[in-house]
Amino acid sequence: MDGDLLRRLIPEVIGVLVRRGADFAAAEDAVQDALVRALDVWPADPPRDPKGWLVTVAWHRFLDAGRADAARRRREDLVVEEPVPGPTSEVDDTLRLYFLCAHPSLSPSSAVALTLRAVGGLTTRQIARAYLVPEATMAQRISRAKRTVAGVRLDRPGDVATVLRVLYLVFNEGYSGDVDLVAEAVRLTRQLAAMVDEPEVAGLLALMLLHHARRAARTTPDGGLVPLAEQDRSRWDTGAIAEGVRILQAALARDRLGEFQAQAAIAALHADAPVAAETDWVQIVEWYDELVRLTDSPVVRLNRAVAVGEADGARAGLAALAAVDPAVPRHAAVTAYLHERAGDPVTAARWYAEAARRAAHLAERDHLVRQAARLNARPAG
Amino acid sequence: MAKYLLLKHYRGAPPAVNDVPMDQWTPEEITAHVRYMNDFAARLEGTGEFVDGQALAPEGTFVRYDGPGRPPVTDGPFAETKDLVAGWMVIDVDSYDRAVELAGELSAAPGAGGKPIHEWLELRPFLTAPPTVTD
Repeated sequence: MDGDLLRRLIPEVIGVLVRRGADFAAAEDAVQDALVRALDVWPADPPRDPKGWLVTVAWHRFLDAGRADAARRRREDLVVEEPVPGPTSEVDDTLRLYFLCAHPSLSPSSAVALTLRAVGGLTTRQIARAYLVPEATMAQRISRAKRTVAGVRLDRPGDVATVLRVLYLVFNEGYSGDVDLVAEAVRLTRQLAAMVDEPEVAGLLALMLLHHARRAARTTPDGGLVPLAEQDRSRWDTGAIAEGVRILQAALARDRLGEFQAQAAIAALHADAPVAAETDWVQIVEWYDELVRLTDSPVVRLNRAVAVGEADGARAGLAALAAVDPAVPRHAAVTAYLHERAGDPVTAARWYAEAARRAAHLAERDHLVRQAARLNARPAG
Repeated sequence: MAKYLLLKHYRGAPPAVNDVPMDQWTPEEITAHVRYMNDFAARLEGTGEFVDGQALAPEGTFVRYDGPGRPPVTDGPFAETKDLVAGWMVIDVDSYDRAVELAGELSAAPGAGGKPIHEWLELRPFLTAPPTVTD
């Protein structure tokens, strides 16, 4: 069974039900039921017309749910004048779902869950497993999210920036579990980029592809973190890099720079260096300057200090770091790194140990402890 | 989205404001307390923020490896152990502020006299997998 095809159809099928008069929440429930049934039945008995099958099963579920006799009566009026679904309306349906599921009235975790289910076509169980919460909790999160957007009209476009933030969140926190959320974020962003002609959508897709390309080299077989400079670049996915660079170049040519394009440009410069020593840090610092201008984010300033340290020397990096709020995550780790580069292993070891204490991520903490231990184990003198 | 552990201590936390041992409450006060805790967990299930909650017996055993071919050594319980965990709840919330808000509500569970215990709960973030975007 083609799982990707199945999941690509989910937003379209929800769209059909909504056009027949079902409200979004009921339609989404019915389609989820049909999806779960398809996962059961299709492997042994694949349908000739997958979308037709899903629409039929979902529509029956919707009627059986007996949620609203009123809706049933409405259906009798509406089904007659149902527009013939063509390619344009399918795109519109899917796009509207992206906007609805990322609606600004939703909290980030609710928007993520609803997007993965209604647009991504994942089951509640899969989403729950991916985020390591009980299925009942995820089911509640999704139904609350649906109640929150119940009054939102589906007929006007929203702000694509909110959609991009949700997709970025799925990508960036897509811890590898049963469901590959990182790959799912790439798929959903690719689908969005095919529907929306916006440089920042392309920028986000490029950013994802360029980081996704490093995946095999990012971790040791036992889950340890491999820093960018030490990664085996022959294990980077050159196909994904080429695609990311091509998409990014086309986006940048539009001359409407945004933060995702700038971040992607930095990732592209890393991808361009055959070995870490040949990285064009001067250009990377320039892109960080653009990012600071675009976002004024302290995290960006922190990363900029690292780049300055590479471009102009560790002392210059420490000087740039002095202007960054010490409360920013990973500040202590960057301090340690720059002190080591500046030739002060004793101070660096102390900061690595402090950074490990402050780390928010398990693999990062282990990496930092190891750095501290490496420096502490140096022979005296 | 971040997971937090709310830790409730038998011992080891600073004293609560309404610091009366449970065996000196009235049965009705105990019932009200248990109901509050259950309602709290049920409410978090409803908001999609509940992950897990468990209570622990106060008496535990210390166990350690004692070398190849030998059974593990056990010891305790130690009456003098300073820190004694009574139970926990794991929540999955959008922000640290939300975690603090929920811990505050849990700490308001009624105790002696039907008044909030104002018990100190320990809030600890889970370490997670690192983010995908690193530069």
